[in-house]
Parts: sequence; structure tokens; C-alpha cells
Amino acid sequence: MANTRLIRRRIRGVQATSKITRAMEMIATLKMRRAQERGLAGRPYSDKITQVLADLAALPGEAKALHPLLQSRPVAKVAVVHITPDRGLCGGLNANINRKTVSLILEQSVPVTLINVGRKGLEFMRRYGRDIRAEFSRLGDRPSLLDTLPISRIIIDDYTNGVIDLVYLVYAQFISTMVQRPVMRQILPVEPAEIPTAENVDYIYEPGPAAVLGELLPRFVEMQVYHAILESIASEQSARMVAMRNATDSANELIEELTLMYNKARQESITTELLDITGGAAALA
Amino acid sequence: MATTKLDIVTAERVVFSDDVDEVIAPGAEGQLGLLPHHAPLMTMLLPGELLVKKGGEEFYLAISGGFLEVRPDRIIVLADAAERVEEIDIARAEEAKRRAEELLSERAPGLDMARAEAALRRSLIRLRVAERRRRKPRIQST
Repeated sequence: MANTRLIRRRIRGVQATSKITRAMEMIATLKMRRAQERGLAGRPYSDKITQVLADLAALPGEAKALHPLLQSRPVAKVAVVHITPDRGLCGGLNANINRKTVSLILEQSVPVTLINVGRKGLEFMRRYGRDIRAEFSRLGDRPSLLDTLPISRIIIDDYTNGVIDLVYLVYAQFISTMVQRPVMRQILPVEPAEIPTAENVDYIYEPGPAAVLGELLPRFVEMQVYHAILESIASEQSARMVAMRNATDSANELIEELTLMYNKARQESITTELLDITGGAAALA
Repeated sequence: MATTKLDIVTAERVVFSDDVDEVIAPGAEGQLGLLPHHAPLMTMLLPGELLVKKGGEEFYLAISGGFLEVRPDRIIVLADAAERVEEIDIARAEEAKRRAEELLSERAPGLDMARAEAALRRSLIRLRVAERRRRKPRIQST
């Protein structure tokens, strides 16, 4: 019967798909682990720099009023650094980040410009004709800090030159393998964390607090951008891993169902054939 | 002899973490020799070499700028980039130096001079530190 052949072909197709999704799942797992490790490796640096910044900001005196990256001003233009993966096949991740950014844009009463990181977000924003100041894609799965510096450079320069007055980062925060949440974080003007005064150490600053602060702030911004990108990569890979695992599971389920169908169809055809033969034999007798 | 804990971290990784006897770093206001129980200090670092003494051993690291913080119990270096001398690939550093020099001599339009110069400086430091290692390590007068 033609039916069994059709089912057999279908089973083979689904098997091929499940092999691909299975491989993609394993690759994503590996890449996710690597991205997580890189994120963790940078943790001491980011903790330290945050703390030093807080120390400096807590200093009495004019040091903090002086630096442009700390000053907030009336907002005439907002910039959003929109960080998305380059690729799809990672569940609802891209859609969620895009939605987050769009709702952030709609909330603003002033013009918004975008700095796009990642191809998926870029395609989306282009389609909707958003104002795009710059785009960075194909950073790959293991960008180094150096690769991300141009991104921070643009926002720091634009901010210093008064082109933009407020900068947000939007990216997928890695919460766990199963959960990635799109988050939005203000990065400029820099808002130093408050620290308990007990932890305050009286430092000698060389060459002076203002100079140290001036050097520290751009690095703080660079570090935040870099970390957001690393988190985004970890989120992308874990989302893909989960999506691909689901796909593999559904494929296997489908294969089981199809196999059952195939066996039934095969049995049926054998039964009818037997009936035909016995029927024919009976007619001849 | 008293020791102090030294951590050298970059945005990408922890480069060094151990108890040490002395640190000599390229501070913004000149070479800094730091012994245990130094007063709390926060200084900028210039690109250069950082020397760590531990027991009878000495380690050299190439640092391309950053910060150094002395706390009562530890010393922390926040480096833009840092490499231990054994990690420096001399061939690659030579190559990077050559490329940077080429870029600078061409003065191509649209070239970020500051970046090329920084790249050149970085590769020079790497080479200098690597050079020191190839010769027999000895105590450096500062």
C-alpha cells in the first residue's frame, strides 16, 4: 500500500530534523557554559570598579559634580542600546527584547535613537523605521572587551557632546537556564551605588580624586556594556538550548506516533492481502 | 615576613591572585613599590610592567593601564589588559608592533591615530616584558 511508504518517508524526515535539533541543543549548551564562565570571570573586576566608584562618589567635595558622565541634565534625546542575538531559533527571546525596547521607546516623550547590537534587533527596528544611530552585528559568540569598545565609545562621545542626554541598555538578563528576562538599565548618566559608610576607606588618591574618577567612569561604562553583551549571549544560548530540546522532544514524540501508525498500516495491508488470498483460494476451490 | 594578598583582574578574567611580598607598579606619579601594610591608596597605572615578588621568585606582568588600589588587607589591580610574561606570544607581539608602526607611518585617512598609537605602545610593553624574561631575571632597580 502507498500509505506505508508515505509514512516511512515522513518518519525519516522527522528523524533527520531531530538529529539537527539535537546537535544544535548540544552546541548551545556548550556555548552557554562558556558564556557563563566568561561572565563569572569578569565578576571580580566589575564588583571592584563598582565599589571604587561608590567610594569616590561618596567623597565630600566637588569631585563628582565635575565629571560630565555623572551629571544629569534636561532630557531632549534618549538613546537605547538594543542588544539582541544575531540569530534566531531561540524561542521567544528576540521578540521579548524587541518588545521591551519598543515599549521603552513609546514611553518616552522625547525622540529616541537606537544603537543596535545584533542582527535580529536591527532587522526588527529597520522594519519599523526607527532612528538608528549605529549598528554592530556579528560580534560572534566570544567577543572580547576590545570588540565591544566601539559601542561604549559611541555612547560616551555622544553623551559628552550633548547629542544624547540619557542612555539605556536593553538586553536579555540571564537568570537561569530556563529563565531569561529582558531588562532595561540606565547607564548614562552614571548613578553610583550607595555604600555603607562603614566600608569607607580613607584613600590617598594619585594623582587626585577627580583624575581617578575621570579615568574610572569610561571604564565603568565599557564594563557594563561588555557585561550586558556577555549576558545576552548566555541568554541566547540557553534559550536556544531549551527551544532545541523542546523541538527534539516533539520530534521524538512524532516519530513514536508515526511508527505506531506505520505498524498499524503495515499490519492492515498484510491482513487484507491474506484475506484476498484466502478469499481467492476459496473461490477457486 | 609579612605578605599581602594581591589580585590582578581585568574585565575578562582574573590574571593573578596570590599572597606576595612586594609589588612594583607603574603608577601615574612614578614607579610605586608597595610592601605589606602600605597606607590605603588609589592610583592610576600607566602602561608598563608590573613586578611581583614572592618568596625568592619574581613575576613580571605587562599591564596596559588601569588602577591600583591598596586596602588594609590586600592590593587590587584593575587592569585594562594584563598578561603574565609566560603568556606573551613574542611573535604575535612583534607582528602587532609592525602593524601598528605601518599604520602610523601611512597616516591613512580615517585612521584613528590614538588607537594605533595605543596599540603600538601596548605591543612595545609586551615585548619589553617578554625580553626581560628571556634574559636571566634579575632584580630591577627602580
